[in-house]
Amino acid sequence: MVSLIARTPAEGLLPATIAGLTLAEVTPLAITAVLPFAGQDDAVSRDMGFTFPAPNRTTAQGDTLAIWAGRDMALVLGDPPATRHAAMVDQSDAWAVLDLTGQGGDKVLARLCPIDTRPAAFPPGHTARSLLGHVQASITRLSGDALRLIVPRSMAQTAVHDLTRAMGHAQRQM
Amino acid sequence: MRVPGRGLLNAAQQVRFNFDGVAYDGLAGDSLASALLANGVRLMGRSFKYHRPRGVVTAGSDEPNALVTVGRGAAQRPNARAPMVELFEGLEAVSQNRWPSLAVDAMQVNDLVSPFLSAGFYYKTFMWPRAFWEKLYEPVIRRAAGLGALSGVAAADESDKVFGFCDLLVIGGGPAGLMAALVAGRAGADVILADERDRMGGRLLDEKEGVGGMAGHAWVAGVLDELDSLPNLRRLVRCTVTGAYDGGTYGAVQRGAPGVAHETFWRIAARRAVLCAGALERGIAFPGNDRPGVMMAGAVRGYLHRYGVAAGRSVAVFANNDHAHCTARDMAAAGLRVACVIDTRPEAPASTGDWPVYTEGAVTGTSGRLGLRSISLRHAGGQRDVFVDTLAVSGGWNPAVHLTCHMGARPVWRDDIAAFVPPEAAVPGLRVAGAAAGVFTTHGALSTGVRAAHDALDDLGISATPADLPEAEDAACCITAFWQVPGKGRAWLDLQNDVTTKDVALAARENFRSVEHMKRYTTQGMATDQGKGSNVTALAVLADATGRSIAATGTTTFRPPYTPVAIATLGAGGSGVGFAPQRFTTSHAASIAMGAPMVEVGLWYRPGYFPRRGETTWRQSCDREVAMVRGAVGVTDVSTLGKIDIQGPDAAAFLDFVYTNRFSTLQPGRVRYGLMLREDGHVMDDGTSACLSPGHYLMTTTTAGAAAVIKHLDFVAQVLRRDLNLRFTSVTEHWAQFAIAGPKARHLLNTLLDDPIDNATFPFMACGAVTLAGVKGRLFRISFSGEHAYEIAVPARHGAALFRLLVAQAETLGGGAYGMEALNVLRLEKGHITHAEIDGRSTAGDIGMARMLAPQKDCIGKVMAARPGLSDPARPRLVGLRPLDPTAPVSAGAHLFAPGAAAVREYDEGYVTSVGWSATLNSNLCLAFLTRGADRIGEQVRLVDALRGHDTLCSVTDPVAHDPKGERLRG
Repeated sequence: MVSLIARTPAEGLLPATIAGLTLAEVTPLAITAVLPFAGQDDAVSRDMGFTFPAPNRTTAQGDTLAIWAGRDMALVLGDPPATRHAAMVDQSDAWAVLDLTGQGGDKVLARLCPIDTRPAAFPPGHTARSLLGHVQASITRLSGDALRLIVPRSMAQTAVHDLTRAMGHAQRQM
Repeated sequence: MRVPGRGLLNAAQQVRFNFDGVAYDGLAGDSLASALLANGVRLMGRSFKYHRPRGVVTAGSDEPNALVTVGRGAAQRPNARAPMVELFEGLEAVSQNRWPSLAVDAMQVNDLVSPFLSAGFYYKTFMWPRAFWEKLYEPVIRRAAGLGALSGVAAADESDKVFGFCDLLVIGGGPAGLMAALVAGRAGADVILADERDRMGGRLLDEKEGVGGMAGHAWVAGVLDELDSLPNLRRLVRCTVTGAYDGGTYGAVQRGAPGVAHETFWRIAARRAVLCAGALERGIAFPGNDRPGVMMAGAVRGYLHRYGVAAGRSVAVFANNDHAHCTARDMAAAGLRVACVIDTRPEAPASTGDWPVYTEGAVTGTSGRLGLRSISLRHAGGQRDVFVDTLAVSGGWNPAVHLTCHMGARPVWRDDIAAFVPPEAAVPGLRVAGAAAGVFTTHGALSTGVRAAHDALDDLGISATPADLPEAEDAACCITAFWQVPGKGRAWLDLQNDVTTKDVALAARENFRSVEHMKRYTTQGMATDQGKGSNVTALAVLADATGRSIAATGTTTFRPPYTPVAIATLGAGGSGVGFAPQRFTTSHAASIAMGAPMVEVGLWYRPGYFPRRGETTWRQSCDREVAMVRGAVGVTDVSTLGKIDIQGPDAAAFLDFVYTNRFSTLQPGRVRYGLMLREDGHVMDDGTSACLSPGHYLMTTTTAGAAAVIKHLDFVAQVLRRDLNLRFTSVTEHWAQFAIAGPKARHLLNTLLDDPIDNATFPFMACGAVTLAGVKGRLFRISFSGEHAYEIAVPARHGAALFRLLVAQAETLGGGAYGMEALNVLRLEKGHITHAEIDGRSTAGDIGMARMLAPQKDCIGKVMAARPGLSDPARPRLVGLRPLDPTAPVSAGAHLFAPGAAAVREYDEGYVTSVGWSATLNSNLCLAFLTRGADRIGEQVRLVDALRGHDTLCSVTDPVAHDPKGERLRG
């Protein structure tokens, strides 16, 4: 009986620690795109057991994190919810999930991302779909010193290249 | 020469540097210009056209003359402005545009023939003989003229780009900017203060006058301490704001610390901004005004007070305003000889020392080969020659209005201060304070800085407490406009481009009277300094020559960047793999390990072919892979095709609307080929869609069309068909998908599937869930190759392992992996289209799929596809072509002609879209669009490629060359 070895999107590329900042890959239990059908946000929230996130926000319950990811869509990281009021799409293998931790992660993102990710403008619970260099990404602040960057699996290598370059530059004296 | 006890530098911090191969000492904090002046070096460059010896004129980024090349090899940077180059241990700089040396420049002969090189000389001189331009004139001119050169070695891509955000951007850190930043910083606003110098303070560091009862630099130090204590304020030194753009966005370039080559390009989104960029001193055009030693008066003071450097040992001052008289006072106080002050006005301030002040004066000439030795002057009381090595000139100050004019506005002329000032509200959200607004006193700068900050904070709803204004000088600006001294000899305007008053007068005489025409005719202001010091004077001279006022003459257009920005800085991070993102499939590493060269398809990297031992050309590999698929089984990664998961009660209706053919009749477990049109009726994309369960579909798109299709679907769902209840999202990245094609495809699959399949349970165009080594996947019986084929999809984490497994199994069955080249030949043999055929211009009818427009339903593009031009039977239609000689050359892009017709445009009957060698049929094959093609099967056409020289007679065939009945797909 053969078996198929599983590989993570950024396998062999991470973790990387550069001048006090660490970029590491995390592998959620599952990633499920939840797309509530028209007018069904409340019903979906009831079935999920916590609120379906508003635009540019996240919600969470226990280890499960719901990240708004575009019009009528959230990515649920953790246990897949069960509801018939939304289209549910397994995207567990579609994304590379990278956590940038340490002081000054916003200085790294300032080199790649055209939105203001400083903690005052982008506190924990905030999320955005934006660019990370050339790569379209989901960017979320998990806590004061942790940012979660979700990029398409196929572009993990480019994202890691751009992020580690920016991590080096962010530490340079201006 | 260094003046002991003057300046802000520490005499103990010596720094060694090298200019043109000679070692010198300077001090930490020196600019290259100040350090050279301290060492008595005045000759720093040669002019662009005439190779005139030139010295430093200014002390800032507006420097036109002292351009040097810094660094060596890959790190070499040309055209650095010496006053902006900060000294560091080991700095190496060389002068430019001279040969063999700065002091002995052979190209100086240009100066002797200058009467022939006046404005417009290019247009007049190099008209004939025509062939001489490229062969003779241009190479000679290119060698003789020019600034610094690039090294020719690629520099390391070390620069950086940063996005910045703030409530208030303060541009310039002089008295106005510091007060604006202080007010806004204290009020808690998010502030960025940017200043282009290495230390902030602006002219407070360049002048003797103090602020708040203390020396200017001491007051500045106190303010900077407070600013640096504010967490809500960022101070960017060495940062020149270079452009104002839409939406409160500003570009800025920040240089590194001394000796650091990398720069940072900022894009700053500011809710409000205050421009406190100060003013730039302008000269007076008089004969011989370009000699090293003739400098701006404010620069002479700046070198003394900031760097403790005397520009020379004996100085005269030539000015049309009161403030310039301070130069005499300050130089005398530093123990230097002041010869005289020459004031152009009938009334001038009295001398404050032992030097005479001449009224109604003018400098009429200068002497000195490589530096000023003496000047000739006339004044109300007569004329005389004076021996001086330095002439401090001031024709007044031009407010740095540039950024306020970057969005199209023109500055406004004010007679009372003889200067252009910023237009009102020309850049939304940008206010102007201090000298940039034409307020020339220190008190005025401080108070307008405070006011601008308060106004900006009011806009933002941030309350601020009134700031105490420190005491500062508030003398009225006394100036009488004075532009040029008439007389023999050349009087220079644009020192960088060697434009004289005579050139401007000539332009006016030859009817280039508009300021924009004059600029282009003379090249005034077109050098790297963009005419910062000379444009206003030049247009005043033009106004005089054309009998108009300065206001009526107007200015040329101000465009970003304010100072030059290296392309390497704008493009930071864009070299090598930073140029474009790379998308890799899960089989990438395995393909590379098998030696496959990669081809880029969009951003994806896909294997071209998989060379085996003994194969020396791609064709050998490709032919083998084609034969492998036709004879046994081949495996290829098709994960790059777009995959869109569509769900909802109206999903079927949605598919019916976006596809030409019907999907609402598709049963679960079945797949159907679909064609998609654009609104304009042309084919957009094609692919298969599978019905996974009722109300749940999986659409596939072409690799290249994936992004465009999902964008199109978004538009349809959000705008055109909001009545339909469905949701969709891309799942391209989630699934690794492999095509398994060939007569042994099912055999291969059944060695791996947990539950084997057969034709009854899994016929052609079936789909369903399968389990492979315990992994849940999806299987589709579809074929692009024309063979009995499947596509199997598993979650991407298993993709790498599955690819290796499939290839290994295929190899045991006499097959193996195949790449894009073989994939292309296989589909070509079957007449399957790609974006080479559906290139955005072809209709469903053109590709022989008119019947796919289901008659009983509407779809996007259906109405427009019925336009007569699109349904004209004479349109070129898709056909196959086969050369009569199977090996005769064919090429995509070749055009088609009737055998007897001339190969000219008028007889053009179509073109070739795809070609390839069919290993199956032992012939070259083409797909082509041919006028009335479908009716001409069996005829002959000429295939002509004028570029490659092909002229091949071909027979017209059905597009499907292999297995026309599709028997190999089934069973």
